[in-house]
Amino acid sequence: MEYEHVDGKDKGKIVLYALSTCVWCRRTKKLLGELGVAYDFVFVDRKSGEEREAYKDEIRKHNPRCSYPTLVLNDERCIVGYQDIEIREALSG
Amino acid sequence: MTDITEEEIERTFERLTADAKRSGYNLNPDEEFTKELVESLLINGKRYGYWACPCRLADGVKDEDLDLICPCDYRDVDVEEFGACYCALYVDKEIASGGKDAKPIPDRRPERDERAQFKAASAGSSGKAELAYPVWRCRVCGYLCAREEPPGICPICKAGKERFDRFM
Repeated sequence: MEYEHVDGKDKGKIVLYALSTCVWCRRTKKLLGELGVAYDFVFVDRKSGEEREAYKDEIRKHNPRCSYPTLVLNDERCIVGYQDIEIREALSG
Repeated sequence: MTDITEEEIERTFERLTADAKRSGYNLNPDEEFTKELVESLLINGKRYGYWACPCRLADGVKDEDLDLICPCDYRDVDVEEFGACYCALYVDKEIASGGKDAKPIPDRRPERDERAQFKAASAGSSGKAELAYPVWRCRVCGYLCAREEPPGICPICKAGKERFDRFM
């Protein structure tokens, strides 16, 4: 699976699963940009067929509802939705 | 990446605002946010041929996506419970008047298997009463009408004919 990378401060492995049309996903990306952290992301709506299913399976491991945005920190912590305060707390400092 | 023009966004925004007002709904008062959603709906319109919710992953097969075509089947209950629908295009009076901000909410859309079960259950539940006309219910807003066929477009929420179920 391929992810697009955004450069920034190393805060561990950060992966954002998003939809290109989703305004809450856009806000989450903007917040990550504001926090200046390095992260990988993918717009799942721009993937199709088996490739899309593979990303969905990956998301389900952390968020069984498979909703967007899903933010996964270090393969263990998962933040579902644009949770401004929670994301800030997890990644600032 | 998108070939949606400013003018299209503006025109659609104005039409949605007028429609919402006329039928007792409210669009999110954050105009910038709302216009981003309108643009996304127009993108999905081009991409899928229907306005799939911008914040949910559409399947691309209309029959599978019917419940998430905007306005989605979950809008009214979400506005009632959380003050806003899932993408926050539609909000309640308090948020519309600026008294509170729209917040992200959990998605109540059932998973694919659960959706299929509900569909099967509701198909078998229509009553056997002797009626002069069948009664049709709009799954989006609950509008009821007694006539041979459901209307082409719901007069209240503008959902298409395919979003009506036989109610009685």
